[in-house]
Amino acid sequence: MSDSGTSKLRKLAIVPAYNEQGMVGRVVRDINRHAPDFDVVVVDDGSLDATAAVAEREGATVLRLPFNLGIGGAMQAGYKYALHRDYDIAVQVDGDGQHKPEYLPSMAEALHTGGEDADMVYGSRFLGDPGYKVPFMRRLGNRIFGVVLSVICRQPITDPTSGFRMVNRNGIELFARDYPHDYPEVEAILMLNAHKLKIHEVHVKMNARGFGESSIDYMSAAYYMIKVMMAIFIGLLRRRPVPNAGELPQTGEFAAVAPGAGSAGSASVPPREGGTS
Amino acid sequence: MSAAINGAALFVAQLVGDHPGEVSKRAQIFAVIGTVLFLALVVELVRRRKLVERYALLWMLVAIFGVVLAVWNDALNSIAEATGIQSPTNGLFLLGLVAIVAMLLNFSAAISRLSEETKILAQTASRLDAEIRELRGEGPHARNGNGNGAAAEGAAVAAADEAPPHEQG
Repeated sequence: MSDSGTSKLRKLAIVPAYNEQGMVGRVVRDINRHAPDFDVVVVDDGSLDATAAVAEREGATVLRLPFNLGIGGAMQAGYKYALHRDYDIAVQVDGDGQHKPEYLPSMAEALHTGGEDADMVYGSRFLGDPGYKVPFMRRLGNRIFGVVLSVICRQPITDPTSGFRMVNRNGIELFARDYPHDYPEVEAILMLNAHKLKIHEVHVKMNARGFGESSIDYMSAAYYMIKVMMAIFIGLLRRRPVPNAGELPQTGEFAAVAPGAGSAGSASVPPREGGTS
Repeated sequence: MSAAINGAALFVAQLVGDHPGEVSKRAQIFAVIGTVLFLALVVELVRRRKLVERYALLWMLVAIFGVVLAVWNDALNSIAEATGIQSPTNGLFLLGLVAIVAMLLNFSAAISRLSEETKILAQTASRLDAEIRELRGEGPHARNGNGNGAAAEGAAVAAADEAPPHEQG
């Protein structure tokens, strides 16, 4: 698995972590061991424990958010960091140890070989053995969103809630500018699709979550379903400036285009379009 | 609030037994005092800069509208007559409800914007914090020499800071 084509690129692993002092150290170590050409930035999402200190001891750069923003805000902080530091590739590796860093080199490779220059490569549990017993609700939600997204994107999306995603520069620029809030995975796929960025799936096994419970428990499952479904359909109604295929989505383009475009959805579109205030 | 006071006055008027839908002198005096007090409160808040201009204007308009309705009670009757509403009181309540819902929606939009702005601030703060630690040599970048020199990164960041990635309104 030589990464001949990707060795010159600057690569960043973004590790969102909230109260993960027990796992985050191992995650950082594993990334350094399996994918040493990746720099590691841990986004400490307002943890109350020693997450930041542990991560730093393992040699990661730490972004300390002053309070809890949730996974969406934390990941966006990571993408903004990647944009500022001029990284070519950024990958999300969850701080709870669910994502296995040994896949990083092959994912980076697939970014260029798989699906003719994909803009995002993500690890799907359901292209084969998921590696652990996926809870029923999770499986069901995946199936439902998978069907809807596959229709919208006109390509199979087998694991839409997988957070194990690697994006190229186009993806970094897009997500640094605008990233969904609550349950960002599904909406982020829609965003990529709306911007005509290419998505490619590779099979990965994952670990059952190391500590704590999933961000989706039974209680919030219904809310999750409704919220994401609403986001999908509002997302379809919303008019986003869509660059032509192959054309880079330019930073700042929103500012120029949005005021004319947006009657719908001033709710979660990028901050402040034109003079709404 | 002035609308509520106004409505209460009208309600009292009806209890007291004036012509239905008409406002007695007593109730009108009550309404005028109430709305003028409310206007004074708004003006005072603006004077002490407890209200941002945007909302100050909104509340001033509401207060002035209340005073006008209290002083010139025929206005309410004519509006009710023109729109076919049975009793002016109902018209007033309807108006008040619509106004309150509109303002709540406005506040929701304002809160959404504030939380978006807060998020951006938090993200920027975390990045600046990491950069300061790095410049002080506290961070982990002192440890590794894997090609990406901290100095080069610092320069890139300095350039990037001139033109932040997200738009400035």
